[in-house]
Amino acid sequence: MPPSILTINGATHSFEAGQTILDVALGSGITVPTLCNYKDTTPTGACRVCVVEVEGARTLLPACATQAAPGMVVQTESPRVVEARKMVIELLLASGNHNCLVCEANGECELQSLAYRYQVTTPDFANPPDTPYYYEDDNHMLVRDFSKCVMCGRCVRACNEWQVNQAIAIGYRGAHNKIVARGDFPYVNSDCVFCGECLQACPVGAILDKHAIGQGRPWERRLVRTTCPYCGVGCQVDVHVKDGRMVKVTGADAIPNLGKLCAKGRFGWHFVDHPDRLKTPLIKENGAFREAGWDEALDLVASRLKDIRDKEGPEKIGGWCSARVTNEENYLMQKLMRAVIGTNHVDHCARL
Amino acid sequence: MTNSIAELEDSDCILVTGSNTTETHPVISTFIKRAVKFRNKALIVIEPRRIDLVSHATLWLRQLPGTDIAVINGLMNLIIQENLHDQAYIAERTENFEALRETVAKYTPEYVEQISGVPAADLRRAARLYAQAKAASIVYAMGVTQHTSGTDNVKTLANLAMLCGNVGIESGGVNPLRGQNNVQGACDMGGLPNVFSGYQPVTDAAARAKMEAAWGVEKLPDWVGLTMTGMVPAIPEGKIKALYIVGENPVISEADADHVVKALNKLDFLVVQDIFLTETAQLADVVLPAATFAEKSGTFSNTERRVAPVRQVIAPLGDSRPDWQIIAELARRLGYPMNYAGPEAIFEEIRQVTPSYAGITYARLEAEGGLQWPCPTTEHPGTVYLHRGQFSRGKGAFFAIDHRDPAEMPDADYPLVMTTGRVLYQYHTGSMSRRAPGLEGKAPECRVEITAGDAARYGIADGEPVRVKSRRGELVARALVSPKAVAGTIFIPFHYHEAPVNKLTIAALDPVAKIPEFKVCAVNIEKA
Ligand code: SF4
Ligand code: SF4
Ligand code: SF4
Repeated sequence: MPPSILTINGATHSFEAGQTILDVALGSGITVPTLCNYKDTTPTGACRVCVVEVEGARTLLPACATQAAPGMVVQTESPRVVEARKMVIELLLASGNHNCLVCEANGECELQSLAYRYQVTTPDFANPPDTPYYYEDDNHMLVRDFSKCVMCGRCVRACNEWQVNQAIAIGYRGAHNKIVARGDFPYVNSDCVFCGECLQACPVGAILDKHAIGQGRPWERRLVRTTCPYCGVGCQVDVHVKDGRMVKVTGADAIPNLGKLCAKGRFGWHFVDHPDRLKTPLIKENGAFREAGWDEALDLVASRLKDIRDKEGPEKIGGWCSARVTNEENYLMQKLMRAVIGTNHVDHCARL
Repeated sequence: MTNSIAELEDSDCILVTGSNTTETHPVISTFIKRAVKFRNKALIVIEPRRIDLVSHATLWLRQLPGTDIAVINGLMNLIIQENLHDQAYIAERTENFEALRETVAKYTPEYVEQISGVPAADLRRAARLYAQAKAASIVYAMGVTQHTSGTDNVKTLANLAMLCGNVGIESGGVNPLRGQNNVQGACDMGGLPNVFSGYQPVTDAAARAKMEAAWGVEKLPDWVGLTMTGMVPAIPEGKIKALYIVGENPVISEADADHVVKALNKLDFLVVQDIFLTETAQLADVVLPAATFAEKSGTFSNTERRVAPVRQVIAPLGDSRPDWQIIAELARRLGYPMNYAGPEAIFEEIRQVTPSYAGITYARLEAEGGLQWPCPTTEHPGTVYLHRGQFSRGKGAFFAIDHRDPAEMPDADYPLVMTTGRVLYQYHTGSMSRRAPGLEGKAPECRVEITAGDAARYGIADGEPVRVKSRRGELVARALVSPKAVAGTIFIPFHYHEAPVNKLTIAALDPVAKIPEFKVCAVNIEKA
């Protein structure tokens, strides 16, 4: 069977059975905007932003939910498509409180980028400014601001299909629909496990990382890719830094976690700049600690260890490596104990 | 892990035992749940507690704590009886099968039910599910190893995997989930009493000669050192006089915590290097302030043997320093200069002396993100799963192993079984997670998990404080009446210094791996 061929914007592209128009377009480097598509979760066509014009079809079709078919002729940016997209964007902007000035998502918001790209200005049919929206701010991890929610459903699929936590769903019908955790309770009183996948998936500023609020715009932050300090999964994280301070952590789209994190990896980093951190060496005198300089402390350690080694023998000294420090550091530690002190009493907490 | 995390999604049957995966390795659990939900794969959970994974399971075997070997032997017996074992694989790649067959023969479903409480019919279903899967994967964690029979538990799981030809294939394997981020690396790097980096034995003259040459020293010690759990009792005996502890908090994490404190207090000299003044650091003569993961560079090795970069994000806080700098500085003062320009220079030395890491370089990690050892040459792509085609030691040996009762069984004075473990929002001794407001907000205190029936029997209501006592110590914490709990068993997390559960646990060790029996000890409870 010859490979199937379709035409997008005048150029032909081959595709495999089961691929959607969106898959083919993205695979060929053609940008089709979408607000609701998320990783390999089920396409829903919910946001209507990805509509395209297909020759012979009466209406515009959502590229994410339409299977590619042989001989299809697709236009992704025809005047009709652009007109429809503008309308959709305008409606989405009107559905909530999209004041970008103080929105956390400013600069990262996909709705904002679409408004810019299609030059959609102030919506004509905005909700009255006193519309009551639910704002959830009762825990130290996630804030939910329903005035920004565009009901794209990404969070729901991120939670249920990507993390499989099954904590949230689209609740209520029609005009009243909103994202609900079971029983329409706040996240803290629901099945939510604070993995933050919904936060990472949300295209707008409707779900926020609480401690990052007001801590800097995306363009002011530097990203450093590193490895989570908690469990043995070794998730890859992107740490967002501004002015030498950590602002937040997001899941890196890399092996092994493919963007996913858990509550510890995403929200557990505050120990780093906690006031309890040890900032100087301590030496105990008469049962109490006093601060000391590095030279004094290290000289003391070296002389005591030397003393015990020379008088009692190296086998009287033990050293514990750590499952929390790097490979390089563990290697050096065992080298120190074996080559410098002369003991094999070396172990770490693997067993615990 | 013999195999990789991503392979789990393609495994036809995943058997999880002794791992509360959704709480202790949450991201790995997403691969397991996706396999079940979207790829129609089978999931068998063998676990006393009704952990969250149970709600995703095809089949849940709820064995009594400490009876894992009986259950797995029972599965193997059925598989052999029903001729579902992989005979070609056994003939070609393994040895000692006859001994295994003889030993497991007495583990009839009825006998297993007697020991473990697992219904015979469920055992049959599980045997077929596992054996008939094309590729089946076993996932386990501390729930399996923290028993006096821990090493045997692990061997038994390996037996099962080999019996069905599941070792050395994609999406199969025997996959221990390592608890702490760099436990794997600490082992790989020789943070063990008997081996140098890359598991080269200290008792092997050739290995010693190689390290002596590399390190420029005359004579390295040729004796096997003590483990952590061996060093502690050696202190009061006068066999250990000084300890240098980097980043560990044994006062909270070790079994029978009171005897740990007593022992550490007897040392002539104790140095603790950590990021906080932990319970252990408070006992030290000198405390050295270390930098956190965010303040230094290097590598971690995850549970699937993947070496991944750690990159410095911010400058070390205050006067704290990266551990490698402190160690090198100390070495210099002990008359052995360690002049490394940085972590990369140390890694270059690691590569030279550690064959499984030889092909990994910082440049490759930068370009490729992470590499799984063994990676013997710079052209080698890394090893996604182990034992392909052949075991590292030639033939895979079956071990014939019998069920043994845990060291301490409940009796009239201490009628309940206590097991310990982790909760989602906390980690280890809590020194990191308890200082993160979000995590602490979700799990601010130790709760004693108990069934509704047991709670009623002891007149305890949900949320009421209870006193839990073992032969070694006691603690008070609020009860959590939970559907997760097992009748006759309470579960207590070990993260909380206010309720240090390891005052109660038993220091009885697995004879080989020297892991304390955290998972089972006998206790009584009363309203506090
Ligand atoms: S934080 Fe995680 S579990 Fe909670 S709703 Fe979001 S995706 Fe679901
Ligand atoms: S919260 Fe965000 S991701 Fe969820 S439906 Fe609303 S806009 Fe979409
Ligand atoms: S994010 Fe969670 S699952 Fe991933 S490594 Fe960190 S603690 Fe483990």
